[in-house]
Amino acid sequence: MTKTTTLDVQVADGADDKYRLKMGPQHPATHGVLRVDLELDGETIDKCDPQVGYLHRGFEKLAEHRTYAQNIVLTDRLDYIAAMANNVGYCVAVEKLLAIDVPPRAQFIRVMVCEMARISSHLLWLATHALDIGAMTVFLYCFREREVLLELFAELCGSRLTNTYTRLGGVRQDVTHSIMLKLQRFVDEFPDHIAEYETLIDTNRIWLKRTIGIGPISADKAVDLCLTGPSLRGSGVDYDIRQHVPYAAYDQMDFEVPVGETGDTYARYRCRMEEFRQSNNILRQCIERMPPGPILGKDAPDLIMPAKPGRKIEFDAVAGNALIKLIDNRDLYMEGDVYVATEVPKGELGFYFISDGMGRPYRMHIRSPSFLHIGALATIGQGVMIADLIAIIGTLDVVLGECDR
Amino acid sequence: MGEITNNLVQIEEGIKFIPGASAFVAPLNKLINWGRAGSIWPATFGLACCAIEMMVAGASTNDLDRFGIIFRASPRQADCLILAGTITKKMAPIVRRIYDQMPEPRYVIAMGSCACTGGLFDTYAVVQGADEFLPVDVYIPGCPPRPEALLEGIMKLQEKIMQEQGRWSQFA
Repeated sequence: MTKTTTLDVQVADGADDKYRLKMGPQHPATHGVLRVDLELDGETIDKCDPQVGYLHRGFEKLAEHRTYAQNIVLTDRLDYIAAMANNVGYCVAVEKLLAIDVPPRAQFIRVMVCEMARISSHLLWLATHALDIGAMTVFLYCFREREVLLELFAELCGSRLTNTYTRLGGVRQDVTHSIMLKLQRFVDEFPDHIAEYETLIDTNRIWLKRTIGIGPISADKAVDLCLTGPSLRGSGVDYDIRQHVPYAAYDQMDFEVPVGETGDTYARYRCRMEEFRQSNNILRQCIERMPPGPILGKDAPDLIMPAKPGRKIEFDAVAGNALIKLIDNRDLYMEGDVYVATEVPKGELGFYFISDGMGRPYRMHIRSPSFLHIGALATIGQGVMIADLIAIIGTLDVVLGECDR
Repeated sequence: MGEITNNLVQIEEGIKFIPGASAFVAPLNKLINWGRAGSIWPATFGLACCAIEMMVAGASTNDLDRFGIIFRASPRQADCLILAGTITKKMAPIVRRIYDQMPEPRYVIAMGSCACTGGLFDTYAVVQGADEFLPVDVYIPGCPPRPEALLEGIMKLQEKIMQEQGRWSQFA
């Protein structure tokens, strides 16, 4: 066995002739704090081993010490790019566990904010994905539109990113006329903007070369790898919880689920671009058909503080404050367990609760799409070039806050 | 000489520019601080939710470039570390390592409640504030702070840099 030498450094031959590279956790293209351990043969990846946990914050343990209503705050920080969709997913799950009815207006508002979150999440995905591949201008254009949606969120609930907008049994505040007008203007203008993004990158040879045929996933493999959302639909599997197991008011909405064919990075990109248009349509329907009525169900746990002037709020020594007392006094916490999945922009977000009737979840498990997508990276990333791995991480649309929880 | 000193253009307090000569007249302290404050290069380093707002601050609406702020992908080229998000106990050694890789002078901005105090996450996995292991210059509260708050924080850092004395010397 001959040893080759480069300058003074001995290079091992045979099985050990691999370059081991730790990509991340500080890497601009790993979307946060993902680390990927690579074994390289030249620039080709022999083994791809994603390492997670750099953003593990202990959500599930934290949730066991808080009431169901208090946990809504935690769900914002899961997938912080589409916090509204997480809020809705959590509340839908808890409402099923506690059998709370939601009035139709609140259902429509939930669909509306969900789709706004979907558009803003996909905009951020497009911006960062294009930035990773090298198209800087798209980033600036996408953030321009995203800003409109974030400011709408701020007007709706006071916060741009971490909304905590839904309540068990409804939503917190009603949409105002001003918000509807602004949203209407956004909905009217947005299709032109989608065309703008497509002109920017769909005719760009670099973009096409770096996405077409990169990271192909067959339909069977995508199902085996537990991919969900646009990452699954890009491979040609027609599965969307909004349509197949509708929640909120999605059963009253008229929309299509875009499905790709080839299962490569480009197909997933096309899928998300179509979802822009479908989400825009759903928003339009929401504006046109928004029913009047209350926004909070009658049997909803009372989260709103008593507004009567001069009324004293009795502090409970055990519960700590009146807010918690009001909720805990409700006789609606039953024992049992429930799993409810909703379609967030990344894929299927599931909440699994075990309840022992104490008003707090005995165990809350979050089935987050990003965690499974990062798991799939080990298989998809094998045999590709390093530069293509960046495109694959981008196309799977992972958020580490949700993955590490 | 008298003609030159009469024509000096004041571009910042204490820093004067000689028209036509491409030259500045200023105390060394002021000149270096002015240069540093006008070209803060942060490392592209997002930790969690606040990183999204940091991106917004860098995007078209708020445009950090007009402050001379250009994100650098390598800590070796950066002189400011914006800690945007929750620092977990697994991540803290890496944050420290990135800080150690940055050349002097270096500054740290703790953005958001998590980086300031641990925020919402008083759990077994989260470091309760970046100042437990890094010297933090500016704290920006909020969960997450608005991009405008980040701009305010950066301007506070600029003010702080302008107050420095003799940091250009190896004896300072």
